[in-house]
Amino acid sequence: MPSNTKGMNKTVQDLLLLENQQLNNDNFLLKLKSPVHLSGILPGQFVNVEIKSAREIFLRRPFSVLDVDYQNQTISLLVKILGRGSKKLTEITPGQKISVVFPLGKSFTFPDPGDRVLLIGGGSGVAPMLFLAKMCGLPADNVHVLLGAKTINDHINVDDYLKFGHFYYTTEDGSKGERGFVIDHPVFKEQLSKFTRIYTCGPNPMMKAIAASAKKANIICEVSLENMMACGFGVCLCCVEDTNEGHKCVCTEGPVFNVNDLKW
Amino acid sequence: MVDLGIKIHNVEFKNPVLTASGTCGFGEELSDFIDLSRLGGIVVKGTTLNHREGNPYPRMAETPSGMLNAVGLQNKGVKNFVNNIYPRIKDIDTNIIVNVNGSTIDEYIAVTEQINELDKIPAIELNISCPNVKEGGMAFGVSCPSAEAVVKAVRKVYNKTLIVKLSPNVTSIAEIAKAVEGQGADSVSLINTLLGMAIDAEKRRPVLSTVTGGLSGPAVKPIALRMVWQVYNAVKIPVIGMGGIMNATDAIEFILAGASAVQIGTAIFKDPTIPVQVIDGISSYMEKHKIGSISELIGGLQM
Repeated sequence: MPSNTKGMNKTVQDLLLLENQQLNNDNFLLKLKSPVHLSGILPGQFVNVEIKSAREIFLRRPFSVLDVDYQNQTISLLVKILGRGSKKLTEITPGQKISVVFPLGKSFTFPDPGDRVLLIGGGSGVAPMLFLAKMCGLPADNVHVLLGAKTINDHINVDDYLKFGHFYYTTEDGSKGERGFVIDHPVFKEQLSKFTRIYTCGPNPMMKAIAASAKKANIICEVSLENMMACGFGVCLCCVEDTNEGHKCVCTEGPVFNVNDLKW
Repeated sequence: MVDLGIKIHNVEFKNPVLTASGTCGFGEELSDFIDLSRLGGIVVKGTTLNHREGNPYPRMAETPSGMLNAVGLQNKGVKNFVNNIYPRIKDIDTNIIVNVNGSTIDEYIAVTEQINELDKIPAIELNISCPNVKEGGMAFGVSCPSAEAVVKAVRKVYNKTLIVKLSPNVTSIAEIAKAVEGQGADSVSLINTLLGMAIDAEKRRPVLSTVTGGLSGPAVKPIALRMVWQVYNAVKIPVIGMGGIMNATDAIEFILAGASAVQIGTAIFKDPTIPVQVIDGISSYMEKHKIGSISELIGGLQM
């Protein structure tokens, strides 16, 4: 965990784009330099990025934080092209400035020292899982990371993170790791009871299936939701999730929720 | 130094820039980003008598130069505001205005009576224009008789500053404005959102859970400007203008069209520092054009 976890005030800043690297077919890694310190940003939190240049793109686009270099004040985002906004963002060239609102939302709950954790990421949901693997403070033997994608080309290179845990992969076509979905992987299907906490981010059907198994096995499970939002800081009330305590804003009361609080 | 101060009825504002209801929470949500005491006022989230969960997700659709929302007045009810929110925000050095809603006239009255007890709320904004609720809301604001009835009833129980927020979803907004002025409204604010719709062609379904929603953002600005100008020419009470204001130039356009003050709404979603940028930008404009007092600009459109 970073030395300063007291959090930081939310802020709007122009960040300098240092790198915009295409990782595979539709995933890009954006590295941005901040003029202010980033010491409060934790895994599970997100940033809201302004995309200029098109009238069709009026609102900012939210992205999970993939990594933070606290010392050099840089933040990395994994941008998967999903629509017009993300497409435009991947076309910005290094040297330009991008307006970003951060840090937004609540982070994952950090594990206790004795925990054995399973981190499951699907699609662009791998970003907060990698950041959490790096930051969670557990020995690598207690951190197991399961990443799912459609095909080998959709998996990003995670070499920089291998030292933080044990990695497993699935692809729907069997081109990398086990064939099938993440819930078909033996580490999930056969070894789930070894874990004391599960964290997940990805498509809702994937997270719902994981949540159901976690509940059945009585394992603490936190999921990160991606509901459509306008503001990102709790004023528009558009991104609500129906929880056991009524509508909650994913942007301020999430995006991380304990599955027991959701009506899943 | 330029004088940005304005007066609406008997409430003094340090500048003509307010944040619009439903886009700034209770003000607190913006405090990380801006010094709230710089604002002319904060119009807090629409308040009803009872807790409302609002409409189901999805409630938002991005549209060209704007967005649709269908939140449906999600709020925890007036008692929660009085007991839990008001104590936290009452000492912010700006005008806190409560946006009052109801499904029935009796509900509007009940909410107003409870807000009337709060010393540091100098005005209410009576919302007869919410397009996203099944009962009440906009239904009151789209005909002169129903608008008159609710304003008349609320006027009887409220003697502080009564602002009435008007719907653009009418044939003649000037007629509605005149009707509420006739029942004792001290000011009108306009426009609320325009009724709109978005469709997902791939899924062949509406985007919003409620099918229709309220359109806001720069897309509505020309309509809002036109309506502010029409209402300014129809009534004697001050007009508060809003609708797609993104910067100081937009705000000045509204003031020239006749607005005594403006509200910043959807722009906050994009950048919560915009309200303060607008204040600074109005000052710069006045210095550049050698205008000593903002009141010289109100309705200053040269024809």
